[in-house]
Amino acid sequence: MNRYETVFIMTPVLSAEQVAETVEKYRAVILKNGGKTIHEDAWGLKKLAYPIQKKSTGFYHLIEWEAEGTAVLPFETEFRRDERILRFLTTAMDKHHVAYAESRRDKSNRKAEPKAEAEVVVEAPAKAPASKEDGSKTEAKA
Amino acid sequence: MADKKVRYLKSIDIDTKADRYCRFRKKGFKYIDYKDADFLLMLCNPQGKILPRRLTGTSLKYQRKASQAIKKARHLALMPYVADNLH
Repeated sequence: MNRYETVFIMTPVLSAEQVAETVEKYRAVILKNGGKTIHEDAWGLKKLAYPIQKKSTGFYHLIEWEAEGTAVLPFETEFRRDERILRFLTTAMDKHHVAYAESRRDKSNRKAEPKAEAEVVVEAPAKAPASKEDGSKTEAKA
Repeated sequence: MADKKVRYLKSIDIDTKADRYCRFRKKGFKYIDYKDADFLLMLCNPQGKILPRRLTGTSLKYQRKASQAIKKARHLALMPYVADNLH
């Protein structure tokens, strides 16, 4: 089993239900190919950095999923056939990427419920002094 | 070896030598996120080109990762391929 992360962009002409329907379709494709969805994140309507198919905005959606490597090709084929999809990118996640994604999720969870006990504080203090040093350096330079 | 002193392949920096260091190595990065376009913007010039290592001081290991991340971000239209005034 490998972990993958797919970001895809849907056309902005879709209604909210159509977006949900499209996403549901890809969830089903993952299941059908013997994988499972681990995490999802809808970024919503975002402005594109450059126009794609003459559209300047798009609905971004991220799916983190787990499956055998053979599941990737049929999954991507579905994207290529779908006219609602402007762009997609599937990335195989290595262990650092997985750790990063999980710590980020924990962080956003903690933000949502600030009382929740923090288990992953390890990364925060490690980063804080580094950035402080960086700040003082730039100050010194200025 | 003997004439090493007199040959300069780049301008001699007097006073202008800011200490360069690899920001990724220093902060202990394990993974560079292609989804974080605001961060990747720091490694680009105002035209959206990837800045070379000799300017940013990034080590080769992280420059490779960063350039891959920037290219992924461009594909997903999170960053422009060409721009006029990014910063």
